[in-house]
Amino acid sequence: MIIEIGAFCLILSLILSVAQVGLSVIGRVRRSAVFYGAGEGAAGAAFLMVLIGFAALMYAFITSDFSVANVAANSHSAKPMLYKVAGVWGSHEGSMLLWCLALTGFGAIVALMARGLPAAMKSVVVASQGSLGVLFLAYTVFASNPFMRLLQPPVEGRSLNPLLQDPALAFHPPFLYGGYVGFSIVFSFAIAALIEGRVDAAWARWVRPWSLAAWSLLTVGITLGAFWAYYELGWGGWWFWDPVENASFMPWLIGTALLHSAVVTEKRGALPGWTVFLALGSFTFSMLGAFLVRSGVLTSVHAFAVDPERGILLLTILGLAAGTGFGLFAWRAPKLAPGGLFAPISREGALVINNLILSAATVTVLLGTLYPLIKEALTGQSLSVGTPYFNLTFAPLMALAFLVLPIGPLLSWKRGDGLGALQRLWAAAGLAMAVGLLVLWIQKPTHAAAAVGMGLGVWLIIGVVVEIAERIHLGRASLAEVRRRLGGLPRGAWGMSLAHAGLGVFTLGACFETAYKIEAAQALTINQSLAVGTYQVQLSDVVAANGPNYIAERGLVTVTKNGKPVCEAKPERRFYPANSQTTSEVALCLEGLDDVYLVLGERRVGSESQPAWLVRAYWNPLARLIFLGPLLMALGGAVSISDRRLRFAAPRRAAEAGPVAVPAE
Amino acid sequence: MGWMPRSKKARRRLLVVAVAAPILSLAAVLAFFAMGDAVSFFYSPAQAQAAHLAPGKTIQLGGLVAKGSVAKHPDGSVEFVIMDHAASEKVVYQGDLPDLFREGQGVVTKGSFEASGQFRATEVLAKHDEKYMPREVTKALKASGEWRGDEDKAAPTGATKG
Repeated sequence: MIIEIGAFCLILSLILSVAQVGLSVIGRVRRSAVFYGAGEGAAGAAFLMVLIGFAALMYAFITSDFSVANVAANSHSAKPMLYKVAGVWGSHEGSMLLWCLALTGFGAIVALMARGLPAAMKSVVVASQGSLGVLFLAYTVFASNPFMRLLQPPVEGRSLNPLLQDPALAFHPPFLYGGYVGFSIVFSFAIAALIEGRVDAAWARWVRPWSLAAWSLLTVGITLGAFWAYYELGWGGWWFWDPVENASFMPWLIGTALLHSAVVTEKRGALPGWTVFLALGSFTFSMLGAFLVRSGVLTSVHAFAVDPERGILLLTILGLAAGTGFGLFAWRAPKLAPGGLFAPISREGALVINNLILSAATVTVLLGTLYPLIKEALTGQSLSVGTPYFNLTFAPLMALAFLVLPIGPLLSWKRGDGLGALQRLWAAAGLAMAVGLLVLWIQKPTHAAAAVGMGLGVWLIIGVVVEIAERIHLGRASLAEVRRRLGGLPRGAWGMSLAHAGLGVFTLGACFETAYKIEAAQALTINQSLAVGTYQVQLSDVVAANGPNYIAERGLVTVTKNGKPVCEAKPERRFYPANSQTTSEVALCLEGLDDVYLVLGERRVGSESQPAWLVRAYWNPLARLIFLGPLLMALGGAVSISDRRLRFAAPRRAAEAGPVAVPAE
Repeated sequence: MGWMPRSKKARRRLLVVAVAAPILSLAAVLAFFAMGDAVSFFYSPAQAQAAHLAPGKTIQLGGLVAKGSVAKHPDGSVEFVIMDHAASEKVVYQGDLPDLFREGQGVVTKGSFEASGQFRATEVLAKHDEKYMPREVTKALKASGEWRGDEDKAAPTGATKG
C-alpha cells in the first residue's frame, strides 16, 4: 500500500510541477500576486510529494519488500541497514528519484524562502525550475519508475553490488546530486535574467550563494568518490580520468569558473553575459554528466546502473533544457547592459584569466571524454583516450592558473598594481622555488613534474598567508589595529583563503603521492614479511571473519618501522554469495599524513606447500592531503555562504552596515 | 599607441582577444599533441589478427575469457586466452587480476604484441559491476556472432523494465 502511495505521490508531483509552471507564467504575464503565490505553493507541494515518494521507496528498502522490482534487483534482507538505505539511490531508478527530490527541494527553497527577490524575476525562476521538474519527473514516472511491482516476488533480492556497500559511497550520491542539481537553481536564475533582461549586482548576489552551495556539495561528492576509489578498489589510485569521473569534474570546473565570474558581476557589474553563460553551462554539464554516466555510451570502469535505451531520453531532456537556455542566451544576451570597464592588470583581469584557463581546461577534458564517441561515429573504430592525454593537457593549464592565482587577490579592483603585488609575493616565490629545488635535489631530476607541483603547492599556500597578512596590515600597523582588522575580516574572505589554501594542500599531496609512492607485492606464508619503503609488513595470521552478508578471510598484519611497531592492520578479502563476487577490504595505517596501504590477495600454495596469501603493500606519502585539500575547499565554500552579506534572505544588509574597513574579497 | 582602436569598447574587445588567444591556442596545441600518444584502439582477437599490428603498438584487446584458460604461475604472472567467435589470443599479464575477472566473462586488456606474437597486457580493466559488459566487447561479439543477448541482465522474474 505504501508503495502505491509513493507511486501516486510521484505522479501528483509531476502534475503539481506542470501547475507550478503554468501558474507562475500566468502570474508573470498578468503580474498577479495571487498567481505568483499559487505557483510558489505548487513548487512547495511538488517537493512534498516527491519527498513522500522517496520516503515510501526508502520504506520498501528498509523492510526488504521484494515485491518491488527495484528493491528485488538492488537489495538483500541480510544487508546492513546503512546499505539498505543507500540502496535507495544505488540503482538507476532510485538515483533519478533522488535527482528529482533535490530538484524540487531546491525549487521549493527558492519559492518559499527567497524573500526580497523581485516578484517578476522570482516567478520566472520558479517557472524555469518547474519546467526542469516536469522534464525529469516525467522521465522518472514514465521511463524509470522505481515503484514497479513484480507479479511474482522473489524470496530474496539480488543485493547491491558489494563494491558499493561502503560508507563513503553510501553518501557519495547525495552529495554529488546535491551539487549537480544545485546548479539547476543557477540555471533558472540565468533564464530569469535573460527573460527579464536584467543582470546586475543584486542578481549576482542571489546567484553566488547557490553556486557556492552547489560547488561545495559537488566538491565533497567528488572527494568521497575519489577516496572510495582509493581504498575500495585495492589499487591505491584515486583518479583515473575515467569518463564517469570526468562527467562529474566538468561541472565542477565550470562551477568554479562561475563562482569567480559571479564575484566580478556582483562587485563591479562587469562580465554579465559571461556569468549568465557559465550559469547555463554549469547545469548543462551536470545533465551531460548524468547522461554520460547513466547511458553507458562511454566505456568506463565505474559503470553502474547503466541503461542505454533510456540514455536517449536523457539526451532529449538535455537537448531541450540546454537548447532552450542557450537559444534564449543567443537571442537576449546582446541586449544585456555591458558591464564596467577595467584595466588589464586588476582584480577583474586576474579573474578573467582564471575563467579563460578553467574554460579551456574544461574543453580539453570534454574533448578527451567525447573523442572516442566522435571517432567511433565517424570511422566505426573503438578506441579510448588514456591518462597521458589528460595529464599533458590539463596539468600545464592548471599550472598556469596556479601561477596567477595568488597575485589576483592582491590586486585592487578596476586598476591594480601588478608590480606591487609581485613584490609582496617575493617570499612566497622564493619559498616555492626552494621547495621545488629541494624536491628535485633529494629525489633526482626524474620527477621534475613533481618538483614543479610541490613548488606550486607551496606558492599557493604561502600566497594565501601573504594575502591575509596584507589585509590585516601585519607589520605595518599596531598590534591592536592588526587584531581589530583580523576580527573584521568578512567570512567571504576567510572562505576564499580556505579554498585557495585547500587547493595548495591538494596539489602538494597529489604531486608527492603520485611521484614517490612505493609498491611491494609478495606471496607470504604466515609470519613471513615484506619490505615497503622503510616499513616492514608481516603477515601474522589469517582468520575467518564472516559478516552479515559475506564470508571473509581477515589477515592480521603487523607493520613496523625500524623495529618499532607502527600499527596492526586487518585487511580482508570478502566473498559476497548474493552476487558471487569477491572484494578486497583494504587496511590503511595512518602514519602522520602518509598511508601504509595493505591489501590481502587470494590464497596460493607457497613454499613447502604451506598456504600463502598474496599481500600487496603501498607506502603512499602525503596521501591524506589529497582528500584533506578538497575538504578544505568545500569548507571554504560553506564559510563563504555563511557570510551575512550573502545570506539568502539578506542581500542588502552589507550596504546598510556602512563602509567596511577591509575591502570585501 | 596610435594603432589601437579609438573607442574604449573596441579596445577592451581587442584586449580580451589578445589574452584569450594564447591560452586557447596553448590548450589546442597541447590537446592535439597529447591525443596522438594517449589514444589506444580497441580490437577483438579476430580484428587484431586481421589488422597485422606492429609489435610494441599499444592497443586494447577485448573479448571473452576462455573457460579453463587461466593459468597462474609462481612468479606472479598470469596467462589466459581472450576469444571471440572467430579467433582467440593468448595474453600474458604480470600482476594481480581484478576481483571481478572471471572465466567466461567479458574483459578488456591494454598492452601490446611482442615480436613473438604474444600479447603482453599491462592493464586488465577492472569493472565494478558484474552486470556490466564493456561496450566494445558487446559490439565485437555481436559482430562475430558470439553475442547471446542479455540473459544476465534480467531480474529474478524478468520484469524489471517499467
